[in-house]
Amino acid sequence: MVAATVRRRRPSRRGGPTPYVLMAPAVILLVLFLLVPIGYTVYLSLRANRVTGGGLGIRRETFVGLENYASVLTDSAYVDGLLRMLLYGLVVVPSMLGLALLFALLLDTPRVRLRAFSRIGIFLPYAVPGVIASLLWGFLYLPDVSPIRDAFELVGLPAPDFLAPGAVLFSVANIGVWGGVGFNMIVLFTALRGVPREMYDAARIDGAGEVQIALRVKVPLIMPAIIMTGIFAMISTLQVYTEPATLQPLTDTVSQTWVPLMTIYRDAFVNADIHSAAAASVVLALGTLAVSVAVLTLLQRRAFGRDR
Amino acid sequence: MTQQIGRRGFLKGIATLGAAAAVPTLLAACGGDDEEPEQTSGDPNAPANLTFWTWTTNIQKVVDIWNAKNPTQKVTVSNQAQGEELITKTLTAHRAGNAPDLIHAEYQALPVLITNGVAADLTAMAEGIKGDFTEGTWALTSFGGKTYGIPQDVGPMMLYYREDLFQQLGLTVPKTWDEFADVARLVRQKDPKRYLATFSSGDPGWFAGLAEQAGASWWANDNGTWTVRINDEATKKVASFWGGLVNADVLSGKPMYTPEWNKAMTDGTLLAWPSAIWGAGVLEGVAPGTKGMWRMVAMPQWDAAAPATGYWGGSATAISSKSSQRAQAEKFVKWLNTDQEALDALIAEGGIYPAATKGQSSPQLDKAPAMMPNQPTFFAEAAEIARTARGFNWAPNVNVTYSQYSDIFAKAIQEKSDFAAAVDAIQAASVADLKKQGFEVKEA
Repeated sequence: MVAATVRRRRPSRRGGPTPYVLMAPAVILLVLFLLVPIGYTVYLSLRANRVTGGGLGIRRETFVGLENYASVLTDSAYVDGLLRMLLYGLVVVPSMLGLALLFALLLDTPRVRLRAFSRIGIFLPYAVPGVIASLLWGFLYLPDVSPIRDAFELVGLPAPDFLAPGAVLFSVANIGVWGGVGFNMIVLFTALRGVPREMYDAARIDGAGEVQIALRVKVPLIMPAIIMTGIFAMISTLQVYTEPATLQPLTDTVSQTWVPLMTIYRDAFVNADIHSAAAASVVLALGTLAVSVAVLTLLQRRAFGRDR
Repeated sequence: MTQQIGRRGFLKGIATLGAAAAVPTLLAACGGDDEEPEQTSGDPNAPANLTFWTWTTNIQKVVDIWNAKNPTQKVTVSNQAQGEELITKTLTAHRAGNAPDLIHAEYQALPVLITNGVAADLTAMAEGIKGDFTEGTWALTSFGGKTYGIPQDVGPMMLYYREDLFQQLGLTVPKTWDEFADVARLVRQKDPKRYLATFSSGDPGWFAGLAEQAGASWWANDNGTWTVRINDEATKKVASFWGGLVNADVLSGKPMYTPEWNKAMTDGTLLAWPSAIWGAGVLEGVAPGTKGMWRMVAMPQWDAAAPATGYWGGSATAISSKSSQRAQAEKFVKWLNTDQEALDALIAEGGIYPAATKGQSSPQLDKAPAMMPNQPTFFAEAAEIARTARGFNWAPNVNVTYSQYSDIFAKAIQEKSDFAAAVDAIQAASVADLKKQGFEVKEA
């Protein structure tokens, strides 16, 4: 029976239509929902609405070459947004991963109590939708309605202004970290559970304490998982939108161009200029691609080097 | 703005209206060279299935009346988005060839719809109902002698203040802006936790209304050439007035339509609100506990001898140039905005102040808004104030100008910098955008 199956399958390996048929759904979906939209975005980014005719004039779509790209790259608000986003990433990615790793290691220590409860408690914020989380934090931040400020005032301390120009980046980052730690913690914790227990026994016999085991055994062993969560965290940084966009109407310190995606949204849906938005999207996408490839190449050599 | 997941968009829905309206003088020649054919042919009584993109509060209840009366001509309401976002969605749908038959357009958004070829020329049908509107209102939707929308509602600006707290603090109601500034300082002296009012970076339509009151005229079109004067003397006067007070912490500079603002309006941190006729409805949403504590009066004046006010909000109904059911759509628009039953329902359900004159004398307006039982003559007084309203022409890039306003003023408030310079910055950005789009622009 087994032999018959193998024999029957053999001819198709030599180039029958089967592999193509099996691939077709994936390829069609990829083309329809990824490649075509990307192509259309690039097409749109090379065009713009320009006015013809007298009087009020009528807008018509025309080819403008790289004009949109030129104005995107010289738009100081967009460039400021890009820089702000990078700064945001520098704050969010290390603190989110650091906390996630810390929690994962703590939960993995042998004597920990309430493990399941803590795990769910740390994970729960991830289940809160970004808009809701941002609104909740918005209420906590807004000076006149903030219970945190009330608490500070109650004990006679100067109340912090979370939405002050110098603080707002960290306040937004805090929402991101709060929402993201749980997910990353679960990933790292799962990786830790996959490490053979004998490793720890061996380390203990060699006289290692829990801290040494954590730093010298566990962290190196789950490095691939750390890198993977790092890449995901970086990419989600490049896509940061929900938190600042939700806070924007609440405060003067978050502008409508605070991060690149907000600029893109404003251009497309407020200013009705889908062409500038397309150009800005392409710039952001290329940036994301470049950063991801660069980081992966760099890390692959260091972390996955032994696989080669 | 709107636009939004945030609370502001939601509240604007309550307010029915987003941004400012105006009374444009007639614009010069308009429209391109290959306009769609202007047919009003077709049987207005033929069966139809009309889609209507709108965000007027409770409009469904008004449309239900129509649908019950015209079972073969069904109108389907779709609340796609609000304010500028609805306009953008409409533009996109128009390009894709599936625009709705009927479009809710704030007055300042009409030029955008016209220059994109979305709003149909309604001049032919409009002749028959022109008499239902005052000339000033009619001019809101007419450009170069052509009409592109039928006015639905208007939003003349007025001042709301906390009568109870004014008495408690011994304040007099300001009749001029000078008095307004004096009262604002007095409030700070008497209670440093309170402010008379706030200047909002989030509401460009509000600022446009204040500028209108001062006699500003931001845009003019002369034979295809646009003149942009966002930084004219009147606007700068308004900006400097508010800027001086906000930067000296005499007035608050926090945006409106936020949870903080709701709290300030409820607990008396803010004592007054320069708003529009629909403001009473907003108060009901944001500060229900203050029922009966507010009173509405005319705006403080620049020149007490010549009272004036501006517009904040107001909208019209336009018909898509690509609608294949034009005759039926016209019939519905005419009914919605001029039929007594429809107007009464719009007032009762939507809380709007109708544009049609017979709507303004509707029995629905005999009683005060729910929030202001202490002012039974609310609408009679409002009608008096409305007579002094003046506006200006809108440009095809009001959306860009408005989003610039938000960011530029947010920054100015934060940095306590000169508000008049902020107005210059908006002017520069707005002109640059018009030029970029290919319009002929003459800077004043």
